[in-house]
Parts: sequence; structure tokens; C-alpha cells
Amino acid sequence: MFDKILKLVIAQAEELNEQLDNKIPVESGVDAHLFGGDAGILDSITLVTLIVEVEQSIEDEIGASIILADEKAMSQKNSPFATIGALTDYIVKLLDEESND
Amino acid sequence: MTDIQVMLITGTRKGIGRFLADYYVSKGYIVIGCSRGSVEYQHDNYHHFCLDVCDEKKVKQMFAEIRKTTGRLDVLINNAGIASMNHALLTPLKTVSNILNTNVLGTFLFCREAAKLMQKNKFGRIVNFATVATPLKLEGEAIYAASKAAILSLTEILSKELANLGITVNSVGPTPVKTDLIRSVPREKIDRLLSMQSIQRFGTFEDIANVINFFIKKESDFITGQNIYLGGV
Repeated sequence: MFDKILKLVIAQAEELNEQLDNKIPVESGVDAHLFGGDAGILDSITLVTLIVEVEQSIEDEIGASIILADEKAMSQKNSPFATIGALTDYIVKLLDEESND
Repeated sequence: MTDIQVMLITGTRKGIGRFLADYYVSKGYIVIGCSRGSVEYQHDNYHHFCLDVCDEKKVKQMFAEIRKTTGRLDVLINNAGIASMNHALLTPLKTVSNILNTNVLGTFLFCREAAKLMQKNKFGRIVNFATVATPLKLEGEAIYAASKAAILSLTEILSKELANLGITVNSVGPTPVKTDLIRSVPREKIDRLLSMQSIQRFGTFEDIANVINFFIKKESDFITGQNIYLGGV
């Protein structure tokens, strides 16, 4: 599941890159920085765009409707939006939780 | 993705919503409408969904289908709304809840989901529905007017949050129009209300469409976060 989600996230990051001057280094894979800290690439509005596109892609490809940016995500000690790997891990966790409900 | 502009209108079973659906189909839009019940009319370019505007699951399913079938959404008209006229002391909490759910939650939900789709093309026009009952502070309409006051705030703040995505958000505040919404209001009360307008007549469906046309035209990309009241209120 991780690899499938990782592919979806990278595909959406590549699509977003077409609009960005400062591009997400998708070639770094799971280590590619997204948001926050000194290495963050995205500002808040481009992060919103990425989250929306990833949510829709999960819905289309996996058939699951998940909310990525809720209070739970914001209160995590390690931000799920820091890197592509962190975001992928977080999505896999949410999908696991959903299937266990 | 279709080349024709796609418009979503809520509350299209009757009244203003039905008029707007007919009107914008005739102007060349693909119109997607929704209401709790089915509709008695058909057009080649009209597609209907039966749902409650505050049913998040069904609303999200509808947007997923729009995304898959048309690949775009250009205009959202948040027309669906309910009113209940009663003295505050006689208003059941269930009525309050229903009004807030349809008018506020429903409008927010549609704005949120529409903006997700609109941002793909960096273009979108959202028109919400306010009412003259808010500035006129009409007795007996505390909850309805308050729900529409919330729409004004929602419109203003969403206009800021969505500006960078190429989406404008405005609202129109109709005067009384001859629809079911005011059917139960006594004539003398309506007359008193009309007398508070600069132009003392009922609004028409065409008056509302005129304001919407202004907000949604391509050239109105510098007009956002605004409300226009009809009748000079």
C-alpha cells in the first residue's frame, strides 16, 4: 500500500510542480521536503492545493474519502506535511484506520 | 474535459433555482442542479442530483461524479435555502437547526467542494444567497436573517481565502420574490417590508439573474467579497 500511495503523492507533486518556480524535489522520493522548517518548499496556499489534489486522487484511485488536514494532522508532533515520505505514511495510517472502523 | 462552461445550482426543484436552471441552460451552460426531491423538467444540458445540501457524503459523491464526467466547474450558485417565520419565543430548536444546516452548513459545504474543483483551472465564480431580511432586521425572522448574516461573513472571508486560486465569491441579497418561501407571510407584513425598500416592488427572478450575470462574467475577476442587495436596501 505504501508504494501505491507514494506513487500517487509523487504524481500530484509533479503536477503541482508545473505551477511552481521553486519546485518540490520529487527525485528525492520520500525525503523530498514539502512544508515547514527551513527546507520547506510550499507556502500555505500551494500546500492546500497539494492536499486537495492528493485527497481527490486517493478518492479516485483507492475509493476512500479521507480528510488530510484536520485538527489531528495539525497537532501531530511530527508534521505529516514535512516531506513526501511523512505525507505518505500519514495517508497509509488514515486508510488503515478507516478500514478498521 | 468539456469545453462548455459548467454551472452548479442548488435548490433547483422550484422557485428561483428552477428559473436559474432554465435560464442558464438557455444561455449555453451545462447546468447541474440538486434538490431533495426530483424535478419535473428535462433539458439536454441539465443533470439533476437528489440530495440534501448538508449531507456531506452525498454532496462529496456528487462532486466526484462532476469531476469525472465534466472535469470542470466554473460557477456555483448557492441558491438552496429555507426560512421559517415565527416569534423567537415560539421557535423550536429543531427549526433553528434545520435553517442553519441548510443555509449555512450547506452553503459552506458546496463552497468548499466547488473550490476544490475550480482551483484545478484557476477559475471559478461562486454566488451565495443573502437576504434583505438581515439589514432590515425583520421581526419574526431572527434565525433566517442570522443564517444569512453568516453567509455574508462566509462570502467575505472565502473571497480572501480563494482569491489566489482564481475564484471569486460574492452574494446577492434578494427582496421578497413571489415564491413558496414567502407564501405564508401575511400580505400586510409583505407590504410593510416592501415600503422599506427604495424601489417598492417585489423582486423578480430576472432581477436576481441580472446580479448573478454581473458576478459571473469573465470581466468580473476583480469583483469579490461583495454583496448586492436588490431594491435599494
